[in-house]
Amino acid sequence: MSTIQPTQARHIPDRLDRPLRSALLGWEALLVAVAVAIFIINSFASPYFLDVWSLSDLTFNFTEKALIALAMALLIIAGEIDLSVAAIIALASTLMGMAVQFGFSTPALVGIGICVGLACGVFNGLLVTRLGLPSIVVTISTMSLFRGIAFIILGDQAYKGYPASFAFFGQGYVWWVVSFELALFLAAAVVYYVLLHRTNFGRYVFAIGNNPVAAQFSGVRVDRIKLVLFCLTGLMSGIAAVLITSRLGSTRPSIAQGYELEVITMVVLGGVSILGGSGSIAGVVLAALIMGLVTFGLGLLNVPGIVMSIFVGLLLILVIALPLVWRRFMRKAA
Amino acid sequence: MDAKAKSIRTDEGAAVSQPLLTLSGIAKSFPGVRALRDVSLSLYPGQVTALIGENGAGKSTLVKILTGIYQPDAGDISVAGTSVSLPSAHAAFEHGITAIHQETVLFDELSVAENIFLGHAPRTRFGTIDWKTMRAQAREVLETLGAGHIDADARLKDLGIANKHLVAVGRAMSIDAQIVIMDEPTAALSAKEIEELFLLIEFLKNEGKAVLFISHKFDEIYRIADRYTVFRDGEMVGEGLIPGTSQGDLVKLMVGRSVDQIFPKHKAEIGPTVLEVSDLSHPTEFDGIGFELRRGEILGFYGLVGAGRSEVMQAVAGITRTSRGTIALDGNVISVRSTADAVERGIVYVPEERGKQGVVIGLPIFQNVSLPSLKRTSGSGFLRLANEFALAREYTERLDLRASSLSQDVGTLSGGNQQKVVIAKWLATAPRVIILDEPTKGIDIGSKAAVHGFMAELVAEGLSVIMVSSELPEILGMSDRVVVMREGRIAAVYDNNGLNAETLVRAAAGIAE
Repeated sequence: MSTIQPTQARHIPDRLDRPLRSALLGWEALLVAVAVAIFIINSFASPYFLDVWSLSDLTFNFTEKALIALAMALLIIAGEIDLSVAAIIALASTLMGMAVQFGFSTPALVGIGICVGLACGVFNGLLVTRLGLPSIVVTISTMSLFRGIAFIILGDQAYKGYPASFAFFGQGYVWWVVSFELALFLAAAVVYYVLLHRTNFGRYVFAIGNNPVAAQFSGVRVDRIKLVLFCLTGLMSGIAAVLITSRLGSTRPSIAQGYELEVITMVVLGGVSILGGSGSIAGVVLAALIMGLVTFGLGLLNVPGIVMSIFVGLLLILVIALPLVWRRFMRKAA
Repeated sequence: MDAKAKSIRTDEGAAVSQPLLTLSGIAKSFPGVRALRDVSLSLYPGQVTALIGENGAGKSTLVKILTGIYQPDAGDISVAGTSVSLPSAHAAFEHGITAIHQETVLFDELSVAENIFLGHAPRTRFGTIDWKTMRAQAREVLETLGAGHIDADARLKDLGIANKHLVAVGRAMSIDAQIVIMDEPTAALSAKEIEELFLLIEFLKNEGKAVLFISHKFDEIYRIADRYTVFRDGEMVGEGLIPGTSQGDLVKLMVGRSVDQIFPKHKAEIGPTVLEVSDLSHPTEFDGIGFELRRGEILGFYGLVGAGRSEVMQAVAGITRTSRGTIALDGNVISVRSTADAVERGIVYVPEERGKQGVVIGLPIFQNVSLPSLKRTSGSGFLRLANEFALAREYTERLDLRASSLSQDVGTLSGGNQQKVVIAKWLATAPRVIILDEPTKGIDIGSKAAVHGFMAELVAEGLSVIMVSSELPEILGMSDRVVVMREGRIAAVYDNNGLNAETLVRAAAGIAE
């Protein structure tokens, strides 16, 4: 191995990497290239695409899912997963709709949505950390449980009649074409970037994902951190529930059906290893943008929803296979 | 008779002189470690040969070569006088070699009959498995073993370990195995089950099978074996007939060695008691453990594998819970409920399983080193990379780590260098007591010397070290005092003044002087 130096070398440098070269060959660089390519294809494919308001509308395609993807990325890096996020949205939205019937005000509705999401996250987290159950099993179960409760409450009805001020979260703009949803997502992306890449907490997340036993032996409170991560996905799902409900102005129990797969697709496309241990927030943000561009572009071309889901399925396969092929290629290049 | 046979000694009095299996000149190396060097071994039909040696003497490597899992770098294997190669587990099976391990490697979810006949099940005309015949034959095999009480349709996981051994032997019988390797088969058995196993071995002997019996327990060896072969440091150092050989002779063969390792003389001033453990007990692993550790002292813990040494240390380090007992630091009883607690108090544990419990492969070296110290290097929860690099550099350079950069993935380092990273990680927490569990297991000589040298420096600086080791030269060369554990209890405590290896081995194995 060329990595071991001869005996007289005692000083070990901090880094050897040439930062520019590794940045250019990184997964994020590939994502930027893909995003640009899809952007160009879209602008040729549809005359309506290159318009600031079209582009602004485009962001609504991914902001809600991407908010959850930020927290999901941390959870998957730590070696866990939460499949119940869409069901949490359904339950939170249903309870908000119920609160509307009792005349609750907008701030109270937002509070309810967020708190329900958080509570669901705590529930998932306690089942995983206290009982030591695998998170995939726990969250498949709670996925049925949470949405099941929403169905029992609502049946085939829908809650409507949200207050006019409530519409701001999903339909309002903070500045020119920048929607509240987009602004919130960008702010959250910065927060999650700092959390994952700049704090002790983030470091512990990576350590747990790579080797939970060694992390525990190193004094990392593994269960506590996992619990916090489940709370975060719950919290973000609650926030997403507020946004979606506000945007649609109504609640049906089938709301956000299938979102969990799109969220996970974003995370994996963003370069987060599905086996845990590696990934970056920048990658997830880029992946969210790509998903938005693709679905919006197909929408402009009047591609029906069912074909779009085929596309998402293909994308998911591609994304899981591509990093493996990419890494093999990189190893040969190195 | 071919030329190979001349290397075999035909002892007078042996019932059969022609060996069934002969190994000669076997060598096997792993990166940084020479596991076997010019090893020879002969197994005779109708006889039990005991393979004896300390941990790390190369016994398991040999078993893996015999069962086709490892390929030897050099040497010859002959079965019944014909030179063979064993490129796969299947090839070993074809040559009639079968192994019964400590924990049997059978299939828990399959039935007893399926386990016995897996891979060679009787077939019907249509090529499908003939279940009826298979069950009948399985029952027959079990009957001959005196194990008629085992239901051929039972799932293996529902059987106890002793009955699983019976099934494994049944499997050996069904493939007409001529050579049966038993790798510490009694480790998990009760006294009664051991007796049953011995009856089974007698049965195999009468059938003319050659049995290789690996055990640490001398009473078992004397009870069942006809011959012995002793390994030490990857070499065969003696063989012969059990009758006429005393336990003392075998112990001498096991431990007697030319002193080729030099241990750093450490002259640390032994101070007051730092750590005092009393009556520490665990529901199953250990009982009534009490010892004290003084400032500047290296306390060695010796014992056989399974004596409970690692379990005690993991309890002291907050990894496992105890049922009873206290741990006191500087005379104050402390509660250690988690690793984080122990680290905060200054008790750190460097685990034996480096890959699984020590390093976080996938993270760079500097992040591995700083992991338990992040609270100190960071500012209110935010990482400060410069501090992390400085901390990592300070300790890895003291340990003479060989790496191209501190941002290199720790997984790309050799075993010895990974161990240095793990030790650096713990030293960086500025501990009072450092517990090293098999600190030099599986690492090369150069790294070993670095680790030993560093231990001497640590105690000179006033730290206290507990070293769990199964290597006698290391225990004798480094320890100020030695605690010997046997079967979850402390068997003896010795001051290391002219202490010799035989005393320790006797105490660990429970052999009276």
